[in-house]
Amino acid sequence: MQKLKQFIKSFSLWELLKGLKLTGRFFFSRKVTIQYPEEKTPMSPRFRGIHAQRRYPNGEERCIACKLCEAVCPALAITIEAEPREDGSRRTTLYDIDLFKCVYCGLCEEVCPVDAIVLTGAHDYHMENRGENILTKEKLLAIGDKYEAEIAKARAEDAPYR
Amino acid sequence: MTDLLLVAMIVVKIIVLVVALLLSVAYLTFIERKVIGYMQLRIGPNRVGPWGLAQPFADVIKLILKEIIVPTASNRYLFIIAPMISLATAMAGWAVIPFGKSAVLANINAGVLYSLALSSLGIYGVLIAGWASNSKYALFGALRATAQSISYEIAMGFALVGVMMAAGSLNFQTIINAQSGGIWHWYFLPLFPLFMVYWISGVAETNRAPFDVAEGETEIVAGFHVEYSGTAFALFFLGEYASMILISALIAIMFLGGWLSPFQGIPGLESLFDFVPGAFWLLAKTSIFIFFYLWIRATFPRYRYDQIMYLGWKVLIPVTIVWIAVLTLAIQFKLAPWFV
Repeated sequence: MQKLKQFIKSFSLWELLKGLKLTGRFFFSRKVTIQYPEEKTPMSPRFRGIHAQRRYPNGEERCIACKLCEAVCPALAITIEAEPREDGSRRTTLYDIDLFKCVYCGLCEEVCPVDAIVLTGAHDYHMENRGENILTKEKLLAIGDKYEAEIAKARAEDAPYR
Repeated sequence: MTDLLLVAMIVVKIIVLVVALLLSVAYLTFIERKVIGYMQLRIGPNRVGPWGLAQPFADVIKLILKEIIVPTASNRYLFIIAPMISLATAMAGWAVIPFGKSAVLANINAGVLYSLALSSLGIYGVLIAGWASNSKYALFGALRATAQSISYEIAMGFALVGVMMAAGSLNFQTIINAQSGGIWHWYFLPLFPLFMVYWISGVAETNRAPFDVAEGETEIVAGFHVEYSGTAFALFFLGEYASMILISALIAIMFLGGWLSPFQGIPGLESLFDFVPGAFWLLAKTSIFIFFYLWIRATFPRYRYDQIMYLGWKVLIPVTIVWIAVLTLAIQFKLAPWFV
């Protein structure tokens, strides 16, 4: 009896029809595709994208060349050289991040005592020439100026949990 | 003079047919990606042109611009000829397909045999490609495709024997005319098991999922066309899709009445749809099976190789033989309304 049932079931392609029914239903159901450049998925304020250096509201750069980020960086992606500025304050003369070495762990951001180096939410960047993987101090500050509003917003959102 | 005119007319017809076929193959690739995307909850290509409609042309341009790499160790001539065979046989099969009462390129009496022969010849493209590539995976793919096609050819041929018995002819027009009189006269009803067998072996014959072990991306990279690139690869692609459409058209002709209107024999509707040309009905019926091709591909995982052989030899062939016996009785006793 069991065998007969199995025979009829396999000959009527029952299981295959069930499979077809499933895909047939999916054919008409709502699609989940996010059409990327136009539509974007929500992003966490903790997202770790490209680096940036921030400034104080008066335009002074935050970084005090403490070199903690250079020390903590597990990938040795950060190179810093520092000298006193004319006014006597301690500033970096060289602050390079090699994006090819960086693993985007965010330790530099966590260790920074003045919130100078941060990871922004920007993740869709690219390089067109050799050497563009080195983010110099100027580039970092420019990125920081460009994304300051977003950086500040993300920090404020995450502040209660820190 | 009249001979020349006749030849010119035939050439024009051939060009129209081939251009239409190539266009439909191009859009079949697009529709395939769309349909399979929709069944996987994606939306498929939609960037090139409105709704992605220019996508096939972008693909064609890309493939034409690419370099044809001929492996050093390959057999150069066979390597180049193989994709041509693959495409040419799939195209030549269309010569006997009737699109209407008199719209047919070659109304020959051995139409069924001709199409069966050409679909079998198509396998030489695959076989030669696999052999000429001089690559292990390509050879594996070719061997699999050959064994599979030979096995399924038998079931396919037996399914066609049923149609020939029912219609009493090898001529496609006669087969279609024998089915006239309404949907209930179409052969898919009395020959239902043969219809299913023909469809399954048709899918296997064109090396489509779930019988696509010849390509088997997960096991043998791309099978027989692993060494092909650029236009040569595009020809294989065209050939595969052209034979998909051909098999769909053949099954529509032999089991669903070809260019016959589905409203035949229904008072009122029959005269209402009288203006629709037969070619439209043939295309509509063909499209149903093409959609099934895509639906099946989106649904079923690939068969294991020995299961394919099992299905071909131990299930499909016995089923056809049994049903041919049943059919013999039905024809002998003039079972109404099909065999009067």
